[in-house]
Amino acid sequence: MRRTLVLVATRKGAWLYHGDASRDSWRVDGPHFLGHVLNHVVLDPRDRRTLLAAAKTGHLGPTIFRSTDRGANWKEAARPPAFAKAGEGKSGRAVDHTFWLAPGPISEEDVWYAGTSPQGLFRSADGGATWEPFSCINEDAQYRTWMGTSQDGTPDGAKLHSIIVDPRDASHLYFAMSGGGVHESLDGGASFAPLIDGLEVVEGFDRSNVAFHDPHCVRLCPSNPDRLYQQNHCGIYRLDRPSKAWRRIGKTLPKDVGDIGFPMVVHPRNADVAWVLPMDGTTVWPRTSPEGKPAVYRTRNAGESWQRLDAGLPEKQAWWTVKRQAMSADAGDPPALYFGTTSGELWMGRDEGSRWTCIAQHLPEIYAVEAAELE
Amino acid sequence: MKVLIPSALLSYTDRNPVEASGGTLGELLFDLDRRYPGIRFRMVDEQDRIRRHIRIFINADQVLDLGQPLQAGDDVVIVQALSGG
Repeated sequence: MRRTLVLVATRKGAWLYHGDASRDSWRVDGPHFLGHVLNHVVLDPRDRRTLLAAAKTGHLGPTIFRSTDRGANWKEAARPPAFAKAGEGKSGRAVDHTFWLAPGPISEEDVWYAGTSPQGLFRSADGGATWEPFSCINEDAQYRTWMGTSQDGTPDGAKLHSIIVDPRDASHLYFAMSGGGVHESLDGGASFAPLIDGLEVVEGFDRSNVAFHDPHCVRLCPSNPDRLYQQNHCGIYRLDRPSKAWRRIGKTLPKDVGDIGFPMVVHPRNADVAWVLPMDGTTVWPRTSPEGKPAVYRTRNAGESWQRLDAGLPEKQAWWTVKRQAMSADAGDPPALYFGTTSGELWMGRDEGSRWTCIAQHLPEIYAVEAAELE
Repeated sequence: MKVLIPSALLSYTDRNPVEASGGTLGELLFDLDRRYPGIRFRMVDEQDRIRRHIRIFINADQVLDLGQPLQAGDDVVIVQALSGG
């Protein structure tokens, strides 16, 4: 019998929500790591038992915790992600936090990838126990320029995110940086190249400069790995390979809603279906639900048109922010959606987001929500 | 020598204070890590900088240099400094 586990990472710990078969009731398991800053908690889809958690605290440095029994017991990584030590007299970077965790493909058991703040790419070949810098990008002079400084990133630090492995080819990789663009490798990470054609940047800036690009979240469609969707600082995009040109598909959203936001969610079996959760990107960028009326928008035709999905959500005075890792879909038929707000509410949208109910309130600021299948 | 551990790191040591040795502060922190694996990286980053919200005192004097010499009988106190709400 299929069961869904919703993993909620927050600024003050992690909570695991176990759904019953019909997803009508939820058993809460938590808090785990109360007081720790958890940026991402991910279940390994290859064994459906192993959990990795990216953690730090206000005082202590970053680390990775690993559980092989769905959170009953945790063990710290023996060597968490860390940059190479700088040479004598040189100033090197230090990982502030691991932001993004991505399991490798089925063909590479025990492989995981991690993206950090400041931007760094790391890989583990032993299930997350030890981590090494991956590829040349962490120390590459060109990439370091594109990564910018601490002033060029998101408020709590520039981030490397959206690490994607092509399920057909483990040597075909993508990642994205806020800021610093989207990048692709065709040689197992030995080299990467920017993939930014068609993407817009803030008005007045040069879109040919990779450093000015701010992808918020990139997703590959499991049912068609040649299709990617992206929520960017400057709109919503789709890319159909082998094309290298992203096409903006968010312009058909209502003008008073806009196509600015953070999460991007794709359907587990239908590459024409995707969801976004628009935020207010006007004036000083409140990054809250437009006019205080939260809604998810769904496309069923790869971005040609969008439907507003707000049944059950507050009709007014709900000034929510939902971060880029905080919305996810399960594998149900039809799938349900889940998102968590920075004000600590966890919501589920049945039937592809058609009917919303609140699963939990009063949690700390939610950083990430992952829906996973246990059986 | 005796090392006082802050509450945030007691999950590594399970007791307080603990014993560790070393001719310098850096060597002492490596010895702590040998006894309690993982504890050093939570206090010192990969560039050998003491982390922003960690403070270390030797005989009541704050020390910022991992090369600071230590003497037998020194009191080492590790403190978690204010890091916000």
